[in-house]
Amino acid sequence: MNRRIVSRRGLIGTGAAGLSGLLLSGCDRLTGAPSVQHFIGHAQSLSLNAQRLLLAGQPLAREYTAKDLSPMFKANGTSMPTSDDYQTLMNSGFADYRLKVDGLVGAPASFSLADLRGLPSRTQITRHDCVEGWSAIGGWTGVPLHHVLNKVGVLPSARYVVFHCADDLDDSLDGSGQYYESIDLFDAYHPQTILAYAMNGAPLAVPHGAPLRLRVERQLGYKHAKYVMRIELVERFDHMQGGKGGYWEDRGYEWYGGI
Amino acid sequence: MTDASLADPAAIPLPPRPKPVREVIYRHTLLVRATHWINVLAISLLLMSGMQIFNAHPRLYFGQYGADADTPWFELAAKGPDDKPQGVLRLGGLELNTTGVLGVSKGPDGQPAARGFPRWLTLPNDQDLGTGRRWHFFLAWTLVINGLVYVAWGFASGHFRRDLAPTGADVKPRHIWRSIVDHARLKHPTGEEAKRYNILQKFAYLAVIVVLVPGIILTGLTMSPGIDAAFPWLLDLFGGRPTARSIHFMCANLIVLFVIVHVVEVFLAGVVNEMRSMITGRYVVPREHAS
Repeated sequence: MNRRIVSRRGLIGTGAAGLSGLLLSGCDRLTGAPSVQHFIGHAQSLSLNAQRLLLAGQPLAREYTAKDLSPMFKANGTSMPTSDDYQTLMNSGFADYRLKVDGLVGAPASFSLADLRGLPSRTQITRHDCVEGWSAIGGWTGVPLHHVLNKVGVLPSARYVVFHCADDLDDSLDGSGQYYESIDLFDAYHPQTILAYAMNGAPLAVPHGAPLRLRVERQLGYKHAKYVMRIELVERFDHMQGGKGGYWEDRGYEWYGGI
Repeated sequence: MTDASLADPAAIPLPPRPKPVREVIYRHTLLVRATHWINVLAISLLLMSGMQIFNAHPRLYFGQYGADADTPWFELAAKGPDDKPQGVLRLGGLELNTTGVLGVSKGPDGQPAARGFPRWLTLPNDQDLGTGRRWHFFLAWTLVINGLVYVAWGFASGHFRRDLAPTGADVKPRHIWRSIVDHARLKHPTGEEAKRYNILQKFAYLAVIVVLVPGIILTGLTMSPGIDAAFPWLLDLFGGRPTARSIHFMCANLIVLFVIVHVVEVFLAGVVNEMRSMITGRYVVPREHAS
């Protein structure tokens, strides 16, 4: 009996020491193992599928009023793209800017800012939720993405909309730091998914993504690509850059930013 | 053990005396034990990955928005010169120097670095929000599924009604006061009383099951822009995403407080017996006090 208690105590002690060792030292080698990371990554598809079920009726994200606006809307990520092409566009007030839309579409096209302003517009005051945990409320005006997609005609094989941007977050010479993002057609056709050219009643400022940025209101901030230059319709994105569908996705964030 | 008669079979046997009754009861069912230990692991790692996520923006706000230009009610920050930073905890107008642990602690290179919670408390150790989030959501699903199994079983088996629901006698002020005094004197129930949860224990467990865990799950969901579109009432219930994030943090702190008290009580009540009952289910009923 005595021996049993001692051995049990020893067992508990060893277990507790092992557990606290795991917890306190972090034991990065175990928790960071690719197989472990792969396994826990399955929860991501669970979250995506659960949210798609809950969002099947395509409800809108909450819209706020002008008195709810953040006094200072934080500009995150790039605040001034450095490429010569962008600088040239900016210096002429984006008069020569053309949004290219191509890929799996019936009729590739390009749109000037005037073209985009001529399409039906939507204004929405929404909350911008950063993956880091902060939130800011801003007002956005732009053309709903589905109007642009309908203009070019999306082919049945297209599944994702990829946004190619003007900013290179790493100032890389080989383009590996070029910002890009992707959403699927479920979010692309949502009424609040807009290409915004104005913020809080004024033309979109450079730190916030001038001349055009994406608003995809039911996802986190990193999905809201700024400085959008080209939209490409694709069936898959695993051949692009890091293969994960976005600049931050290639650096460890999840593709689905609804959570 | 020092009795020579046990070691020496030739010794004259002692006169027989009444064997003390050692009453063993089956205290915790397999389901309670299994869900408990899954919770231990999940909650520990949720706290650690939660601190990793918190570190990405170590400030908390109330309201519908909150970012760098807005005033936080709580903050872990670094101040002073870059080569000799000072870590501080700010709570309202209060500022505490927490260098070495909160705000500023040793980075991977051993040098002091600006960091909300220290690297030895976070999962993973290094600043890595993406991996922290992957862990957190995997564990959140684990906690939710584990919790649903426990709650469904708790109702179906009568565990809640039988073991956790306070009885009429339990909630008499005199009885509650008696239990408070007993806890303060570190006196633990014996005999029949030890076979059931005491009233403070019931209150503590119910607070965790009914308030803290549902609260932390709902405030966690409120931080998801997708869930907010599906259930906008969550934003009204908690008063905005930044407030929900604050309440999430407070619930986590209260859960830590519960765990500390819970583990201290395990040691005070007898760590071997308590641990055995939580592992094997079998619990030796402490004998009645003399007199």
